[in-house]
Amino acid sequence: MNGSRRSFLGRGVALGAVAVLGTYAAWAAPEPIRIGEFSSLTGREAGLGQYTHMGVVMALEEINAAGGVNGRLVEVIAEDTQSKAGESATVVRKLTTRSRVVAIIGEGASGRCLEGAPIAQRAGIPVVSPAATNPKVTELGDCIFRVCFTDPFQGTVMAKFAHETLHAKRVGVLSDVASPYSLGLAEFFRQRCRVDGIEIVGEQRFSGGDKDFRAQLTALKASKPDALFVPSYYGDAGLILLQARQLGITVPILGGDGFEAPELVQVAGAAADGSYFPVHFSLADTSPRSRGFVERFTKRWGKAPTGVSALGYDALNLIVDAIRRGGSAEPKAIRGALALTTSFDGVTGRISIDSERNARKPASIVRVEAGQFRFLQAVAP
Amino acid sequence: MVLPKSQLWLVVVLLVAGGVSAFSGRIDPYVLDVAMGVGIAITQASSLNLINGFTGQFSLGHAGFMAVGAYSSAMLTTTLGPKLGVSTAVLQWVLFPASLLLGGLVAALAGLAVGAPSLRLKGDYLAIVTLGFGEIIKVILQNVDAVGGARGLVGIPDYTNLFWTFSVAAVTVYVVWGLLNSTYGRGFLAVADDEVAAEAMGLNTTRYKITAFVVGSFFAGVAGGLYAHLKGYLNPGGFDFNKSIEIVVMVILGGMGRHVGVIIAAIVLVVLNETLRSFGEYRMILYSLLLIVLMLTRPQGLFTWTRRKPSAA
Repeated sequence: MNGSRRSFLGRGVALGAVAVLGTYAAWAAPEPIRIGEFSSLTGREAGLGQYTHMGVVMALEEINAAGGVNGRLVEVIAEDTQSKAGESATVVRKLTTRSRVVAIIGEGASGRCLEGAPIAQRAGIPVVSPAATNPKVTELGDCIFRVCFTDPFQGTVMAKFAHETLHAKRVGVLSDVASPYSLGLAEFFRQRCRVDGIEIVGEQRFSGGDKDFRAQLTALKASKPDALFVPSYYGDAGLILLQARQLGITVPILGGDGFEAPELVQVAGAAADGSYFPVHFSLADTSPRSRGFVERFTKRWGKAPTGVSALGYDALNLIVDAIRRGGSAEPKAIRGALALTTSFDGVTGRISIDSERNARKPASIVRVEAGQFRFLQAVAP
Repeated sequence: MVLPKSQLWLVVVLLVAGGVSAFSGRIDPYVLDVAMGVGIAITQASSLNLINGFTGQFSLGHAGFMAVGAYSSAMLTTTLGPKLGVSTAVLQWVLFPASLLLGGLVAALAGLAVGAPSLRLKGDYLAIVTLGFGEIIKVILQNVDAVGGARGLVGIPDYTNLFWTFSVAAVTVYVVWGLLNSTYGRGFLAVADDEVAAEAMGLNTTRYKITAFVVGSFFAGVAGGLYAHLKGYLNPGGFDFNKSIEIVVMVILGGMGRHVGVIIAAIVLVVLNETLRSFGEYRMILYSLLLIVLMLTRPQGLFTWTRRKPSAA
């Protein structure tokens, strides 16, 4: 039939035109800005890396949907550190020399950030870590930034919280000797306790990956504390909470941001109730910016974000904001603009970068109630 | 006699390594990083091959010796280096090899300390003892604040280059090869083939086992030193049981007691890890599947062309 043939022809011409225009557009459009990411996408800390990555990808999609930055689209090149030592150095070399990125988002785990970031530093590429809380990380060079709070801050905040809100007089500490994160928190918690006049009545240690903590917990129980401080990641923390409650320890248990994962409640069940920890981002935060982030994230990925997702989201947005403010996508200009960040409106709070390249922003403390993380109060730095 | 020919090979490899290294400024640093990773893996695998392959012992503590060497050599360059007040070139060409040697010697000493009592044990028992040793080293390092503790040792200068990695790899292979092809070295194979028979022939089997263990540990320590100055950062967690297994897999995949096979396996596994990186979660499935298939189809080792005379076992 004539009509249908004509429409077919017409469609063909239109398609051809679109194809030609598309090619032209692709040719005329400036190169995308390449930003690298190195995260533990597989291996032991895959949960950390993948949730971070989801936040980064969401930020990327939103930035590009809004037309990119300075007229250029943004591209994120993600590399996997496999949660293993020795891999970060390799992938950061790959990002800086082969992928030729202008900035790097990288590694939420402090240990691997300490390995990868100096390589980027030497190449003069700015690094923004979403969740490496160890104080040493940003001390390694003037190109290394972070959007999270640090271990000293967390340890201090939890001691302050134990003193002011829980009115604790005697506390016990159970820390992980295999983790710099845990030891850092414990150290600054202890320092603040001394200031506030809280007595440390018991100190016990374990090694990350242990399954039985009853010996340490029994010793801590015997010292009759008002509260326990257990800085550790969720995997160990879940078992510790479970065994502590089984041994009849009823006092509040305080942790660090490593507690924040659905797995904590999955492992500990009802035993997780009555524990407190600081978070970078609370799902219960009612500010419109946070609410909007949670809704969009849940829609995009089909599950609720964790703190590191929000930090990953903020990390990419912070870099893009620096590119916009500095008006340039050169690593040097980005570094300069990042250092001058004040009151950046992130989903994890208003972020200002201080002279040590750390983020200044408040921490939220949550309480576990019936398996839910309930926002309790914000503690300012 | 094989020796002159093998010496020729050694000289050729050293010259090539030096030549290529001179142009390393023009090579993509990522490719360089992977290449040096290959060199270190060859050193690790060949040195473990002397223990696990040729002498027939089963050590699961190679990462522990590597850690000892890595920390010793890194401590020397980070503490002594800045105090000497000499140029980086001098540090890289004089202090660094000295630190590698120190790392190797300390690791060898650790090997002697672990080996002397435990090598009287046989088979599985030794595996358990070395496994325990590796974990002990890790835990000790995690608790010593002077070396950074669990946070790790930061700020190690990047002295490792192509020349050092491949020279060390070549020397390791040469020493293992030369040792086994010497009159004395035949004893290692005898111990591997049948310990009781070797003992009946008047060989001091314990001494052979300890020798293999100490030499193997020495080169593991040197490899550790290279690793430390390549990555610029050491974390005790990186020298765990999994790291030892990685090296054991290279030896088994290449064929226990094969020189070339183990070298090729080391190259293949390092490159494979890089190529599979972008596959994310599937990497481990592919990797494991590959190992299972290879072990089922080629239990004698992937790269075995000629069979050594069949062993009594």
